[in-house]
Amino acid sequence: MWQGFFQITLTILILVPLVHFLGRYMARVFLGDKTFLDPIMVPLERTIYLLGDVRYKDDMTGWQYARSVLLSNLVMGILVYLIFVLQLILPLNPTSLNPPSWDLALHTAISFVTNTNQQHYSGETTFSYFTQIAALGFLMFTSSATGLAVGIAFIRGLTGKLLGNFYVDLTLSITRILLPLSIVGGLILIFLGVPETLASPETVTTLEGAKQVIARGPVAHFEFIKQLGENGGGFFGINSAHPFENPNSASNLIETLAMVCIPAALIFTYAIFANNLKQGWLLFGMVFIFYVVLIAIAAVGEFQGNPLVNNILGEQQPNLEGKEVRFGWAQTALWAITTTGTMCGAVNGMHDSLMPPGGFSTLFNMFLQMVWGGQGTGTAYLFVYLILSVFVTGLMVGRTPEFLGRKVEKREIVLASVILLVHPIAVLIPSAITLAFPETLAGISNPGFHGISQVVYEYTSAAANNGSGFEGLGDGTMWWNLSACISLLAGRYLPIIALLLLADSMAHKQPVPETTGTLRTDTVLFTGVTAGIILILGALTFFPVLALGPIAEAFQFATGH
Amino acid sequence: MSIFREIVKAIRVTLIFWLLTGIIYPLLMVLTGQIVFPYQANGSLIKNAQGQTIGSALIGQPFSSDRYFWSRPSTTNYSSFPAAEFDPKNPDNITQRTGTSGASNLAPSNTQTLLKDNRKPDDPDLLKRIQIDVERLKQANIQPTADMVYTSGSSLDPHISVQSARSQIARVAQARSLSTNQVEILVPKYTDDRFLGIFGEPGVNVLKLNLALDTLQSGSGAND
Repeated sequence: MWQGFFQITLTILILVPLVHFLGRYMARVFLGDKTFLDPIMVPLERTIYLLGDVRYKDDMTGWQYARSVLLSNLVMGILVYLIFVLQLILPLNPTSLNPPSWDLALHTAISFVTNTNQQHYSGETTFSYFTQIAALGFLMFTSSATGLAVGIAFIRGLTGKLLGNFYVDLTLSITRILLPLSIVGGLILIFLGVPETLASPETVTTLEGAKQVIARGPVAHFEFIKQLGENGGGFFGINSAHPFENPNSASNLIETLAMVCIPAALIFTYAIFANNLKQGWLLFGMVFIFYVVLIAIAAVGEFQGNPLVNNILGEQQPNLEGKEVRFGWAQTALWAITTTGTMCGAVNGMHDSLMPPGGFSTLFNMFLQMVWGGQGTGTAYLFVYLILSVFVTGLMVGRTPEFLGRKVEKREIVLASVILLVHPIAVLIPSAITLAFPETLAGISNPGFHGISQVVYEYTSAAANNGSGFEGLGDGTMWWNLSACISLLAGRYLPIIALLLLADSMAHKQPVPETTGTLRTDTVLFTGVTAGIILILGALTFFPVLALGPIAEAFQFATGH
Repeated sequence: MSIFREIVKAIRVTLIFWLLTGIIYPLLMVLTGQIVFPYQANGSLIKNAQGQTIGSALIGQPFSSDRYFWSRPSTTNYSSFPAAEFDPKNPDNITQRTGTSGASNLAPSNTQTLLKDNRKPDDPDLLKRIQIDVERLKQANIQPTADMVYTSGSSLDPHISVQSARSQIARVAQARSLSTNQVEILVPKYTDDRFLGIFGEPGVNVLKLNLALDTLQSGSGAND
């Protein structure tokens, strides 16, 4: 057991210097400072701006920025939908796969354009190599870069700068961060055993004389951006549990760090923009504590295993249902918390088969959306919580709430509330409708309280733009495809619009000079209050659901044997 | 700026990034992979002493004979099909052309024993399934451990725990008329250790181990 916790601790300790470095680098990129990639990337970026008719100096307002996000994402979604339906006449389809049904194509297009990568299909049997590369792989870059651009624009607005130009931020996110890291990371993954080939699946005769069909393909380049961009959509049906996506514990370490590094680093990027490293460390520390506690809850649950099975085995053994030997309970629990915290959604073990503490922690992560959070948007959510805390503490002591020297007024609070309310609405209402028709709509595969978790998990994963699932759920139906689309779209674009408007209005406020009466936001006390408000908001909104799902399931185990 | 110009800009930018990240980047990676690491890039395929490709070093295979070390239980039988039923030309047998992966996705609570619900006898039931496997293992004189009773995440797990490999040594040695020592020395050789001795869990690569046993007895004597 202690070896398990030791390797978890070591993994998350590597994170601290890594994200500190990456956060500084990202700040340099988006502040327009010189970086070592300039000689290669400046000519490429000039070409992109020229061909794309992007004027580098054009700063956008909140509305313009939001409109550019929506329009570009719409065009990308349409392009990808066309690739799906034309799959049969496009190249690189060695297994002659037919196009998906229109509702599955629509769900997949929306799911990937919103950086969610919720999959109601298996990669092997649904999409050709060309579709995986040129449709899904393409969106993995642009959807992640869209999130990052919005996060940066939000940080700019919060710190009193102009929001910038969406297309410039999109370009820099890809040319300076996602693409260079993916080239390096992808090559390392190939070295470690992840295939990168256009050859068709290999059929072999096994040692015992059966016919084994080994699916392969251009996986490595796809795998790395899938992790780095918080995308999470597997090349194969079973995602990063597949030995070709994640062949050993070295690749597992790299993939774990890749999925958490950008959202965690963005906190330091903010600190440099705001010129307040102390606040950066405090916020990093607060999120880190949430992260550690959730990992501990999930890991202990998996380590102790299933009491009913332990009775049969005659001793306590970890729960390995849906887990791979090479990762074991420790690396699977760490991954489960990391992937649901960061909105990546890739899995290296099956979440449906996690013990109730694991189900609880993964759901809780997606309810809060700030334990690192999604690419760009996660850090923004963190600051929305911060703004609300300023408001609440301001009310308590009777002061005008200010954040970074700018007054927080009605418009800002309304926008912040919209951002936080979209999530429960997009999760709870469709869940309630679906659970009202368990026979016809829900497709629950695990009966009892776990079935409630399955349905809620699916909508939460969609609305949080996470993409992992309790995959036993029969979600390949038209109801699931279309109803999840609503949660996907609402959970992505409504908060993005509100975030950009909020940033815009903060950017245009007159800074108020700091006095002794100013409530400082870079103190341990204030950060603690923020943590409390996050917990209370999250708990109040979603506690009933958690009580009906994983908590009830846990009590069943406690009393049932 | 008119909305029309904004749409044109969105289309132009989309096409540029489609070309860069959806075409150029993957092609570059496929080319580099094929040139620099051709073995890994094509799926780490391994051959037997006769030079036939018999599988991938990273993908497990099902084993049921006493002559072989057994793998973990798999929901897709390791994406393999009995030779008699193998007909990839049949349009219905899509997974026989593409290969497959999968998991049970059974919740830990999904059992009649705990829920006391009125399920049909052939409905999935975690405990019932495990009990059957435990009986099978006990009959073969294998101490049931977690890895041998729980199905894997991918259904293709190439590894079993060192403990489960050890408890199978005697059976395999007897079936092959080898001394336990001859089999025993192979196990650590095909054990993949933790990365840097710290990360992940050690596991014995079942296919490589079984292939080594076959090679040992095919008379060539040498393996690797």
